[in-house]
This record gives sequence, structure tokens and C-alpha cells, in this order.
Amino acid sequence: MAALRSSASRLLGAAASRPALRAAVTPAAVRGMATVTDGQQQHQAASGEKTNLKTFQIYRWNPDTPTEKPRMQSYTLDLNKTGPMVLDALIRIKNELDPTLTFRRSCREGICGSCAMNINGTNTLACLCRIPAESNADMKIYPLPHTFVVKDLVPDLTQFYKQYKSIKPYLQRDTPAEDGKEYRQTKADRKKLDGLYECILCACCSTSCPSYWWNSEEYLGPAILLQSYRWLVDSRDERTAERKDALNNSMSLYRCHTILNCTRTCPKGLNPGLAIAEIKKSMAF
Amino acid sequence: MIAQRVGTTALRRVAGKPNAFFTANVAKLGLAQSLSTTQIRPVATQKLSPADGAALLAKQRLNRPVSPHLEIYDKQQTWFGGSAWQRITGATFSGGLYVFATAYLAAPLIGWHLESASLAAAFGALPFAAKGALKFLAAWPFAFHAINGVRHLAFDMAVGFHRQTIIKTGWYIWGASVVSGLYLAFFL
Repeated sequence: MAALRSSASRLLGAAASRPALRAAVTPAAVRGMATVTDGQQQHQAASGEKTNLKTFQIYRWNPDTPTEKPRMQSYTLDLNKTGPMVLDALIRIKNELDPTLTFRRSCREGICGSCAMNINGTNTLACLCRIPAESNADMKIYPLPHTFVVKDLVPDLTQFYKQYKSIKPYLQRDTPAEDGKEYRQTKADRKKLDGLYECILCACCSTSCPSYWWNSEEYLGPAILLQSYRWLVDSRDERTAERKDALNNSMSLYRCHTILNCTRTCPKGLNPGLAIAEIKKSMAF
Repeated sequence: MIAQRVGTTALRRVAGKPNAFFTANVAKLGLAQSLSTTQIRPVATQKLSPADGAALLAKQRLNRPVSPHLEIYDKQQTWFGGSAWQRITGATFSGGLYVFATAYLAAPLIGWHLESASLAAAFGALPFAAKGALKFLAAWPFAFHAINGVRHLAFDMAVGFHRQTIIKTGWYIWGASVVSGLYLAFFL
């Protein structure tokens, strides 16, 4: 709520200050839309104002020239003219500085999981990650760690999705519903799914896990295990034993050594580490 | 405008299905296409068998670089992680045991003196600081492994998984292991 309010006040503030500025620059002009020249004029007029420059170092690799090594490229933006989130900065870089910069993004509100990347050392969603305004240090942006890079910040998640498919992420039942309409659940049983169903499969946690880095071919990784647990605890699912049996080998589940980078990095505030611990516990007792 | 577009969309939908209506309305269809404001791009997709798909992916991956990991990930998490040090300290101890036990077995043959009495005498001759430092080299890994082991037992019971708890207990274990290591080395 606080965030909403502050952004609203920022919007109001922008609306209040902009007409005055524009009137000072072009008193006669009436425009419906801002253009690039408009922005430049504003920039000149506002040159007295402080600029708040921030440099972004971004991982670049182009599949059209595969022999060239990946490199870091720096872009400098004025934060006073950029939105508050890293994704805003990336979009602005792509729009204004370098259209060849490639990254995935869609919803810009942390529900699609497309813009997962490594920002300043930890994996997070660019759209949920604020640009730290208080420090002048460069921001470093890499693709998700230890993934095959398709281009720039775009990782190849084929294996990740295949692993998701392998755990059969859907309700499996043999008996029909008692009333023939729907599978009912007690409130307590439904509550067990809280903190699990919210996962958006952005792969931040899986690619933060050193164990997953070294064993991603066989170890399922935190995201998929959290999903696995989501179906294990679902009171409506009737294949719990089968699901557990599929995990009961040395690689799928037990490559988790409770490093817990997963829980520390989850941009949705979920707890994959706890979910894995609960699976291990249910397998042991 | 919108009503018109609804009309054209409906016509186009009908045109998609080969039926009597389609053949009877060819003229109308032509009209619809000239009115169309939406862009249509024919998309060509290729049906691949799973084996072909896997082969294609393998071919693509030959060219793709692996994104940086250990060297760029948050140093605090990669270099001070309790789990990694649990393994390092454990391996140090078991490795040390193997090395010493083998040397002890081989000592009479080679002519080394690794009996307790001679080791104690050699150690006793060292200055206080060197004694403490040597003891700390063994005491700290022991303390770390023991205390962090308790944390891992708690993890096995699914306890202590709050994000803040993980961060805090991680640092507590470093502090506690260094303090108790120093105690074992210099005051015991």
C-alpha cells in the first residue's frame, strides 16, 4: 500500500511539474504526446537541475558472431528520467541507447517471470528490483547463472521446462468427486498450498543453487521441487506415493544440501528450501 | 469503426472454415480483405520429433556460452555458505585422518616417529603462539563442523527456514565457531 501511495504521489508530482517546464520551453506549442525532441528540449531547459547518472554494466553475447567472447557493455542513464526499477532502465536503454540489447520481459509487475536475471550478484526479477539510488556504484546485470545463453540476457530454459513437465504438474485422481461436481478440500488443506501455488517458475531459485549449477541434468532444482511439493501436499491428488517414488533416488531430490540460496533469492518471497525440507521429511518418516 | 471491424472479423472467421457459406460469399470476402485494418502474417512452424528437437538443441548448445556463475554470484552466499564449509571442514578432517593413519602405519617401515610420546614432545617444544595457531587449525574446523552440523539437523526437521533466520544463523555460526576455536586453541 505504501508503495502504491508513493508511486501515486510521484505521478502527481510529475504531472504537476511537467506542464510548467514545458510552458517555459515552448510557450506556444500545444502537444498531445511527448516526442524525443521534446525530451531533449526539456533536458536543455533542465540542465540547471542535478543529473543523477548511473552506469549499468550488461552482459552481451551475440549468437550471430558466436566466436566472439561474451563481454560487458556499459550504459549510462540519468536516473531522474528513468523509472524506479531495473526493468525501466533496461527498456530505456533498448529504446534510446542500443536497440540490439536483448532481454525477455512482459508483465513488468512480477507475475510472468520473464525478466529473471542476475542483478548485482543475486537473481531477481528486473521489474521488482529497485535501482539503488543512494549508491553510485555501477549495476552489474548478467543472465541467470550457469545457463546456456541464447543472446545477451536471454537464457535457454528448455531443460528447466522439461524438468517441470517430468513431475506431472497436474491433479491426478482415479476416484470421481463425491457430489459429481468438484473435488472438495477443507480450509486447512487449502491453506497448505499457500506459499506454493504463487510460484511463477521464473527460475531465479534454481539458477541460484550451486548444486543445480553442477547437476542440472539430473537434479530437479528448487523451483521444480517446490512445484513437486505443491502436488504432494494437495489433499485432492491421489498419486502421492507415485510422486514420492519418482523422487526417491540419489539425484532428483537429494542433491539439495540446504545451501538455501533459493530461499534467499526468491523474488516472490516464497520458500523453496522449506518445501524441499518438507519433502525430505515426508520421505524419511 | 468498431462495428465495422467486428463485421470483418466475423467474415474472416467464416472464411477460415471451408463451407457452403464461404463459396457463396467470395465477393463479400474480397470486400472484407480490402477493409481489413489488422495485419496478418503467415507463420510457418515446423513439426519436429522429440529426437530431432533434442539434436537441434544439442547443436545450438555447442555454440552457446554458459553464463557466468560462481565468479559473479553474491560473494557472501557463495564463499561464506555454511553448507560448502560443512563439506570442506568435514573433508579436511576425514582426509587428515586418512593421511595420519596411513603415515602411522607406514612409520616403522620408513623410520618416522609418530608415536604419541614423540609427537607430544615435539609439540611441547614449540612456542606458545605456534602451539595455539596449530591447535586453532584443527579446533576451528571442528567447532564449525559441530555447530553447523546442529543447524543442518534442525534443517532436516524443517526448522529455521525463514529468510532472516537463514542469514542470521549463517553469521552466528561463523562467530561461534571462531570464538570456540580460539578458546579450544589458546585456553584449553
